[in-house]
Amino acid sequence: MAQNHTIGGHGSHGGHGEHHGSLGEYVIGFILSIVLTVIPILAVVDDWFGKTATIAVLLITAALQFAVQLLFFMHLREEKGPRYNLVTLILGLIVVVVVVYGSIWIMDHNKMY
Amino acid sequence: MRGEASVIDQIKDFASWFFVSGDPLIYGADVAIALTTAAIIFVLSYFGKWGWLWREWLTTVDHKRVGIMYIIAALLMLFRGGVDALMMRTQLVFPDMKFLSPEHYNEVFTTHGVIMILFMAMPLMFGLFNIAVPLQLGARDVAFPFLNSLSFWLFFFGAMLFNMSFVIGGSPNGGWLSYPPLSELTGSPGVGEDFYIWGIQVSGIGSLMTGINFIVTIVKMRAPGMTWSRVPIFTWSVLSSCIAIIVAFPVLTVTLALLFLDRFLGAHFFTMDGGGNAMMYVNLIWMWGHPEVYIVVLPAFGIYSEVVATFSKKRLFGYGSMVFAMLSISIMAYFTWLHHFFTMGSGANVNIFFAISTMIIAIPTGVKIFNWLFTMFRGRISFTTPMMWTLAFIPCFVVGGMTGVMLSVAPADFQFHNSYFLIAHFHQVLIGGVAFGYFAGLYYWWPKMFGFKLNETIGKWAFWIWNIGFYVCFMPQYVVGLDGMTRRINSYGWDTGWWAMNFTSTIGGFLMGIGFLFQVWQIAHSIKFMEKDTTGDPWGARTLEWSIPSPAPLYNFATTPLVTDRDDWWEEKERIAAGKMPKEKPKLEPIHMPKNSPIPFIQSICWFTVGFGLVFHWLWIAIPGFVGIALTLLAHSFNYDTDYYIPVDEIRQTEAKAGRGV
Ligand code: HEM
Ligand SMILES: [Cu+2]
Repeated sequence: MAQNHTIGGHGSHGGHGEHHGSLGEYVIGFILSIVLTVIPILAVVDDWFGKTATIAVLLITAALQFAVQLLFFMHLREEKGPRYNLVTLILGLIVVVVVVYGSIWIMDHNKMY
Repeated sequence: MRGEASVIDQIKDFASWFFVSGDPLIYGADVAIALTTAAIIFVLSYFGKWGWLWREWLTTVDHKRVGIMYIIAALLMLFRGGVDALMMRTQLVFPDMKFLSPEHYNEVFTTHGVIMILFMAMPLMFGLFNIAVPLQLGARDVAFPFLNSLSFWLFFFGAMLFNMSFVIGGSPNGGWLSYPPLSELTGSPGVGEDFYIWGIQVSGIGSLMTGINFIVTIVKMRAPGMTWSRVPIFTWSVLSSCIAIIVAFPVLTVTLALLFLDRFLGAHFFTMDGGGNAMMYVNLIWMWGHPEVYIVVLPAFGIYSEVVATFSKKRLFGYGSMVFAMLSISIMAYFTWLHHFFTMGSGANVNIFFAISTMIIAIPTGVKIFNWLFTMFRGRISFTTPMMWTLAFIPCFVVGGMTGVMLSVAPADFQFHNSYFLIAHFHQVLIGGVAFGYFAGLYYWWPKMFGFKLNETIGKWAFWIWNIGFYVCFMPQYVVGLDGMTRRINSYGWDTGWWAMNFTSTIGGFLMGIGFLFQVWQIAHSIKFMEKDTTGDPWGARTLEWSIPSPAPLYNFATTPLVTDRDDWWEEKERIAAGKMPKEKPKLEPIHMPKNSPIPFIQSICWFTVGFGLVFHWLWIAIPGFVGIALTLLAHSFNYDTDYYIPVDEIRQTEAKAGRGV
């Protein structure tokens, strides 16, 4: 239900018992995200695979990157109030699908290029 | 001697490249800018106001002050964008006019479009968010007051960066959406495009943060008892607008970043010869651009709803359907972007999908119109200025919406596209929908902001002049558009037969300019002969912001209100009128407030510096800017002294001064 702290919501850190991840988790997340960045760069720059395979690698590492960010930095699993989280996550996914799939669909049909 | 001369020559060369020159209009602007700056500095020094400016405004985190600064900046931008518009209309008044050169005309329409949408409509909207939302929620401030101030200053310095381009370096001239290849280095080798990119980029970050800030504020900071079905309708409209902001603005940021990489590092995201694709830019920019028009119009819908209910003395008809309509628009706005490039060869199936999705959006909009009409039906309507703007909006938006549906018919769009028909359509919805709405909002909340009412008589003059001017200006444009006149042309021949329509249209444009002057007069007059609002509720309104004194005290609500109804304040007044006891108020307690901070202001200057350095490819300016940003971020992270308490005595005194016993 609606709430309004007398403090007005600002600067009230600590004390509400939420877990914000340990140093270890942050380090793992950091390393994973770097690895997932370096792989696609090298795949393109050093031409590791053929064209289709490169695109597949790009898409897969992008999706994994997304997951890493959500799990290790946004603490997706740990927040209370799953309802808001779920709604926003679904909205975010819709947006991603619209942007990615919509662009591919449109550009595929574009006869100008 | 030789050496010296060549140094002077070098300086001269540099200056003639760095400062825009060669046009008397620009020299006039140079002089005007220099004089205004000098005047401001003089006045501030003469009256010893620098400290006051710094303490009370530049470092403030109070949402009401931030809101006022947004509004002032936006009105100045409205003036600038309006002058641009009148320059264009002057150039078009007769065939073969020699007022603006083609190059200059391109710069003017580009600047006009960018300023009106990004630096006028957006900040005016954010100003109204800031003024009204926390008060409607019964909250003390927004969720993140520091961030709110940072958003404002980012907008402000982004806008300044963009505005500078016309006296320093040269304005962008690639249209308000800067399509490549025109906006690539090959098409626009000057710095104008980079000013465009960085001006928008810096202020865009601020917009995104405002979106997040207000979503959190609305979700988390509603007064106790304010369930979702009791949230005021304007606040709902803000929520739906902010949802659209947080999905759309990242796309803009990325798109412009890619364009910048093309220009700065020679990447080829959008250049054909390097394997890039300019169509992709068009695709991406409209993914932001289309939701953007709903971002600015949804809050206007919220304002109309508040105004109609208040001045009909009735509850808003169809509250639930209104909320549903606005939320669904904010999502659906994301599925229609292609209707802006039907003609660019995406094929029939793609066009059909987006034509239909566009037409579907018209349905919730229609629902809203009926809700407003039913709210007025059998109401006790009073014709105040906010209500007049609302009434004028309805027919205007109906016509604008219908021409919009015409444009959404893909085959027909091949005829209308990029003609004056389109110009008339989008001005009809942007002025009739957005600008009228924000005017209504400004008039409506003005007493809450400043504690006095605006003069209604002058306001009505302004209203009529604006409205007549509007129709005189834009109706002929539909006609001349169907007659084949395309947009963005700076001249036409006598043989086209377009001059009568253009002549009429220009008269209308100047009428609107006069309407604006009346509004300025209205404000000046009202400041001088103000009619003080001692009640805090001059309109007999319905929502919480009117339950407190005008202007609202620093802490907004002496005690947090307990909400038991939709339109809680109205119900409370009814209860009191019926002889019942007013709601009991809790005991006064010290109020927790955020402290002012200079960091948003300083950090935004650093952003400005970075942008400026990158525009000219001067890393010796950009890098210190980056360092400054990093330092301010660090400084803020380690600052734990961010809040304080207002003691009970002080609250009691403030309330007593406003005529309220507590
Ligand atoms: C106040 C009266 C206004 C007048 C007389 C006016 C006039 C004009 C004119 C003559 C053009 C250029 C048409 C062309 O040659 O292509 C134009 C373009 C434009 N206007 Fe306005 N305008 C006004 C207000 C507004 C407002 C309030 C907005 C937005 C909130 C706006 C947004 C735009 C945009 C986006 C363009 C397109 C610029 C481009 O082609 O890149 N205008 N306007
Ligand atoms: Cu659109």
